[in-house]
Amino acid sequence: MKILVPVKRVIDPYAKVKMLPDGSGLDVASVKFDINPFDEIAVEEAVKMKERDPSVSITVVSIGSSDAEEQLRKALAMGADEALLIETSDSLDSGVVAAELEIVVRQLGPDLVIMGKQATDDDRNQAGQMLAAKLGWPQATFACEVSCSPGRVTVVRETDNGEETLELTTPCLVTTDLRLNEPRYIALPGIIKARSKPLSRRPRGTSGQPKTRIVGYQPPPPRPPGRKVASVDELIAALKERGAL
Amino acid sequence: MKALLVAFSDSDRSLGGGISAKLGADFDIVQVPTSELADSAAHSLWSLVEGYAFVLASSSMRAKDVMARLAGLMDAAMVTDVTEVTAPNRFIRPILAGTLFELVETLSSPVVLTFRPSGFESNMASEGSQVAYSGTAVERGAVCTGQDVRSSARPDLSQAKRIVSGGRPLGDKETFEKVIGGLADKLSGAVGATRAAVDSGIAANELQVGQTGKIVAPDLYIAAGISGSTQHMAGIKDSKCIVAINKDPDAPIFESADFGLVADLFEAVPEFTSKV
Repeated sequence: MKILVPVKRVIDPYAKVKMLPDGSGLDVASVKFDINPFDEIAVEEAVKMKERDPSVSITVVSIGSSDAEEQLRKALAMGADEALLIETSDSLDSGVVAAELEIVVRQLGPDLVIMGKQATDDDRNQAGQMLAAKLGWPQATFACEVSCSPGRVTVVRETDNGEETLELTTPCLVTTDLRLNEPRYIALPGIIKARSKPLSRRPRGTSGQPKTRIVGYQPPPPRPPGRKVASVDELIAALKERGAL
Repeated sequence: MKALLVAFSDSDRSLGGGISAKLGADFDIVQVPTSELADSAAHSLWSLVEGYAFVLASSSMRAKDVMARLAGLMDAAMVTDVTEVTAPNRFIRPILAGTLFELVETLSSPVVLTFRPSGFESNMASEGSQVAYSGTAVERGAVCTGQDVRSSARPDLSQAKRIVSGGRPLGDKETFEKVIGGLADKLSGAVGATRAAVDSGIAANELQVGQTGKIVAPDLYIAAGISGSTQHMAGIKDSKCIVAINKDPDAPIFESADFGLVADLFEAVPEFTSKV
């Protein structure tokens, strides 16, 4: 079984990111970058499958600047077999990313694509579903449990009011939610070993032009300052005065 | 210009007027049956979208599942979680867990949007005309073999006017239900939880409020034993009034709360429940 895991290089999700004073961009000069945490969960899940079934092979792919090699090396250190870096400095939207991944899928012929439900930088939650649509593959988004048998992937997925179980025939696409697993800690030997795993690079294919573009940033609307109350009685009185009770 | 509002629940139906007015579009409504999986739902909707400049849905997990697939089929521009429309081709939406917002311009038509209802007038008199949903039988290899729907007598989190949420300090499931559920029932409100509470097994996953859970916008949000992580605050900042009850006076949630009470939740919440 062949598994493809797309991973995105994102701003460290725990970093406090500011925008440039004129709102034209984000001030990323001093922030660290990491694998999108949801993609890291996808890599972990693929590696677990490989541990259960050694015939599984895992390719990780990233689209972006040459710096994304760092995130691909991390995925290789976690246990992926090979990596592909599609290098571009263009700013892409989810539609272009899906189209670019479609090219990779058609070349590679994986049985399963597993990827994060969203990236923690732009929080868009689009690329997986768009890719599944382009491929005409069944999809299971927001997975919290995944198991495989020949020709079949069973996914328990989170819904707005509980969970549901989907049986998918391969090839298929799964996007990961937070509860699926806890990605492993990578020890130094793994990182060193990953340096010798194959990583190939190529430029962007003919995936078209973005249909959206970012024209600026702004801070969230400020909340009026609140106040402390000293007792439950004072709280109830304040809420009644506000009309909230 | 015309918009098509895709309703995934009955309550979605009242949400089309506000955003359509901002888009300068008249709108029709199509209701998707709850039993439809994303692939067949997206495929069926695809056959209906001809002539619409916008295809809209209120943000939910189900809307994201279906609408992004639909945008993929249509090869359309998509913007998720829109909080504001500044022009028919310019949209504001949160990024980085709601710590910043981006202004997105769409460069082509049609456009698929999911929107946060709290940003738009709802229950406007305008009721769109109904478009019939006709399921197109697509065999795409996904079958639902089991559903675990947590039905609750309490209102739905994403629509609730009042929400009481608890964090990990509640300790166990029974205490959580008694303390948080007790106040929620007294207020006829919904119950929410932090990711930490969900992860530690004291609250069900679908109660999770925050960036990775539900985005809520009630009139009153009461947070008990919640420190106020960025992740959690991202899900509640559209609430009209936030109350924080926490025994740690330095908890970051006090910075965002309209009213903060430094107290032991195990004393303050039952007292609140009995007096309110």
